[in-house]
Amino acid sequence: MTVARFWRETPRRYNLGGNRCTACQTVYFPPRAVCPTCQQHRQSIGKMEPYTLCGDGEVFSYSVVHEAAEGFEMLAPYVLALIKTPEGPLLTGQVVDVTPEEVQVGLRVRASFRKLREDGRAGVIHYGYKFSPVREKGPREAMASPASQEALARAAARVART
Amino acid sequence: MREVAILGIGQTKFGELWDRSFREIGIEAGFSALQEAKLSSQNLGALYLGNMASGSFIEQEHIAPLILDYAGLAGHHLPAVRVEAGGASGAVAFHQAYLAVASGAHDIVVVGGAEKMTDVPESVQTDITNASADQEWETVFGATLPSLWALVARRHMHDHGTRREEFAQFPVLAHEMGSKNPLAHFRNKITLSQVLEGSPVAEPLGVMDCAPASDGAAAIVLGPLEQARKYTDTPIRISASQLACDTLALQHRRDVTTLDATVVAAKAAFHAAKRTPKDVQVAEVHDAYSISGLMALEDLGFFAKGAAGKALVNGEVGLGTKLGLNTSGGLKAQGQPFGAVGVAQIAEIVRQLRGEAKDRQVAGAQVGLAHNMGGTGATSVVHLLERVN
Repeated sequence: MTVARFWRETPRRYNLGGNRCTACQTVYFPPRAVCPTCQQHRQSIGKMEPYTLCGDGEVFSYSVVHEAAEGFEMLAPYVLALIKTPEGPLLTGQVVDVTPEEVQVGLRVRASFRKLREDGRAGVIHYGYKFSPVREKGPREAMASPASQEALARAAARVART
Repeated sequence: MREVAILGIGQTKFGELWDRSFREIGIEAGFSALQEAKLSSQNLGALYLGNMASGSFIEQEHIAPLILDYAGLAGHHLPAVRVEAGGASGAVAFHQAYLAVASGAHDIVVVGGAEKMTDVPESVQTDITNASADQEWETVFGATLPSLWALVARRHMHDHGTRREEFAQFPVLAHEMGSKNPLAHFRNKITLSQVLEGSPVAEPLGVMDCAPASDGAAAIVLGPLEQARKYTDTPIRISASQLACDTLALQHRRDVTTLDATVVAAKAAFHAAKRTPKDVQVAEVHDAYSISGLMALEDLGFFAKGAAGKALVNGEVGLGTKLGLNTSGGLKAQGQPFGAVGVAQIAEIVRQLRGEAKDRQVAGAQVGLAHNMGGTGATSVVHLLERVN
């Protein structure tokens, strides 16, 4: 993937920046120019507002991938999942910091900013979201603390303004 | 709209055809279809060619005039159109050709489907075919086509109680039929335990759950039903040709365990043909993955949601039952040359309805169905074909 092709999606892939239809309040990720939910969907053109996902979610479905996609060979086997977000959208992404055996439908996860892949030894490094389990105890708990939630909300507001 | 009939079919062997080029296989399939229909090139109105990714596989785009040229037809300056819809390219090309004849725009039309996949290494094949998923929001995170279907399978197991052993039955059936088809990529029979113990690709799917990458081509000649007897003694009527689409990415579907585009296309097809699933004696469904074959049985209307797995295990489908299924060997055993698949499925239904399928013949088949999909089901095509008595 060329630098520009990846770079132009960084607001979405780095910050989970989606959008919301101001008519029906449905949230979309990635953002859409038109709301497919509204009956009169043409009327939603120009009325979609930025909306940042909070990063929480749970595993909706998962697979342990052994035959990796190009550029992901070093990670195999890795866990690919559909993540259900509380805002509504399903996201496709990897679940990390976990053994494959621990992953199940319903596992609570949180998005984190990770390296996705490298374009060869001298190429660009691509970053984006992956998901890790929300542990009931241990260091991960701190990430889901009210303080970090506040920080996330501030970040979301900042993204929404830009 | 006027009624349309199939006048001739042609197909190459599917498999790893090292000694044959894209243009060779394309021409072979086309010529045999024209020969069957007792047609000369002067009669032709247009050529439609289904192909997913010749630009990536053989670094050749603009292939419709290429095939036209090597078929000796460039001098006639016929319109030649390439159609791309991932794994559904063949059936979408067929649908366009059907519309061209039905509308009266053309009388006699040739539809080809061709893919030459083995000129690139296996890892490259996979990357090329993964491009029928969403490159910005699926594959960029490490998704592959098999892993997306694995996500579907896992959720189908969760929501509908489907068991691994149930969808693993699909490839067993496919190879059983492939063993009877001389054109098939794989002619070996396999057992359930071979499927279950196959090396994992994307759990719960293993290598035997996934159709191969193949070289191959198929072609069909279409014309108005009222003129069909001029060209063949056994015209097959197209009683429905329906195409429906859905979100490209799996993550945006209404329900990841239902192929909505297949449901819509099937309902429209049965309505148009004034038929129900019970009228169908033979079907070719899109078993690119074992789970996609199982879901097709449900979403085409043959079984209720969650019931297809039990039907497969209990032997309620297949040769000798009420529903002959993937008698060609399906994508799993006959092979999966992406752009050719949809055309080859229809060719197999034609053989069945003519009574020419030899030891894989479904006795007395009158109505047949072909179901072809692209990606994770973003494109679905359903055709109903009937014997003209």
